[in-house]
Amino acid sequence: MSADFRAEKNPDAGAVPKRVAFIKGRTAARVRKEDEDLVMTVPHLVVREAIAFMAMVIVLALLSLFFNAPLEWIANPEHTPNPAKAPWYFLGLQELLHYFPPIVAGVILPALAVIALIVIPYFRVNVKREGLWESSRRRNLIGVCAVAGILSVLLFLYNVYAMLIPTLIVAAVMVTPAFVRRQGRILLWLGSRPLSWWIMTWFVIVVVVLTAIGTLFRGPEWSWTWPWKEIY
Amino acid sequence: MRETFRAITRSQAWRSVFRHGLPLSNRTRAEAVFYNFFLHVHPAKVRRRSLKFTYTWGLGGLSAGLFIVLVASGALLMLYYRPSVQQAYGDMKDLQFVVSSGQFLRNMHRWAAHAMVAMVFLHMLRVFYTGSYRPPKEFNWVIGVVLFVFTVLLSYTGYLLPWDQLAYWGISVGTNMARSVPFGLGERISFLLLGGNIVGENALVRFYVLHCFVLPVAAMVLMGIHFWRVRKDGGV
Ligand code: HEM
Repeated sequence: MSADFRAEKNPDAGAVPKRVAFIKGRTAARVRKEDEDLVMTVPHLVVREAIAFMAMVIVLALLSLFFNAPLEWIANPEHTPNPAKAPWYFLGLQELLHYFPPIVAGVILPALAVIALIVIPYFRVNVKREGLWESSRRRNLIGVCAVAGILSVLLFLYNVYAMLIPTLIVAAVMVTPAFVRRQGRILLWLGSRPLSWWIMTWFVIVVVVLTAIGTLFRGPEWSWTWPWKEIY
Repeated sequence: MRETFRAITRSQAWRSVFRHGLPLSNRTRAEAVFYNFFLHVHPAKVRRRSLKFTYTWGLGGLSAGLFIVLVASGALLMLYYRPSVQQAYGDMKDLQFVVSSGQFLRNMHRWAAHAMVAMVFLHMLRVFYTGSYRPPKEFNWVIGVVLFVFTVLLSYTGYLLPWDQLAYWGISVGTNMARSVPFGLGERISFLLLGGNIVGENALVRFYVLHCFVLPVAAMVLMGIHFWRVRKDGGV
């Protein structure tokens, strides 16, 4: 019997937002092949969840047995420690405070980051997930170099080397596949990454670098201090 | 032994509680999911693909697991902790040196809190790099971002409670940052948060209420919506 309908697969979510099946004849629609391989939640998923949770509790318990949560002297408003540090997840921001005025580092940049994160799924450029250099190579190259260039100059003017160096490295890696003719597996893979991937990767690297510097490399007066000398 | 166990699972008392027998057939396995309040966040069947550990790395589930650990250890800490400038620090010392396993309890709560911030961030990265924010999951991503902000706020409000130097100055640095919001708004936000111009008694009580009631309840509601949306959006 010939197929009553055929399901087409198209990776381009923009071109084919929905799959439509036309059913000819009187026969009921039948799906020949399950495209999803399903298993029972009990036991397959629930057992895994239980194991993961228990393993995590064991790790936490071991940590808690061997490492104590810090408790310093009682709070004393008269005595400011040097440096006064926020908890580690804010030290990236505190590091920025070292370079930019508080309104930029403490308000504008974090607000921009949260807004950028929120709009990611609505910002539907490149739904096809096309690599940057697959088509319109010249245009993209100019765009990337212009944005990275302006950003780098700004960072340089404010002496934000902690962001400048990661930015330059990411930009360099980003454009490399556009220039190399014979590409190995890694370059091919890098070349096929979409723009959103690069922005997120850049963002994550900058966040990690800034947080690490603020946590490990900053001492009194926010001066550079090697972590093997002392960690504040 | 085995027979007794069987008999118990067939008894009316057992049935009235669980409403299904042992999960030995696919039918009872499915029933085990949808007759159980806690399991019915799950569908009866899941994709084999989404079970692969290296797809999700278990990060979302472990974030929720850490939240459970935090609620449990936090509730026990609340038995010994009083949010006042006179008592807070002393209560921490008591937890460390007087209360049985008090130090362990405190450690669990502290390390789980730090781990949760990292875990939720990593979960966000997983979702991004697998492209799982794309329609129809876009709104669940937004809920996720709000959950991340709440996770950080939970950790941050808890940071003040021990009332030691670390806590006091960590919070002072943070609220000073909030002051720089323009149009005098920053001053107001920080005044509202601290209940004054300095980190003092009022700030401690406010952070305590936020940390032990407002934020956890809000996070729980959001997590409920988040998990429900994971299912409604077609599963992982
Ligand atoms: C308290 C924090 C959070 C908890 C407890 C949580 C929990 C979960 C769980 C259990 C899942 C199922 C799949 C998995 O385990 O990976 C999930 C999926 C998801 N989460 Fe979260 N999450 C949190 C924060 C976030 C954040 C910060 C984001 C993104 C900004 C996010 C976006 C998503 C999305 C879009 C899905 C669907 C993924 C898919 O279908 O593959 N979540 N979350």
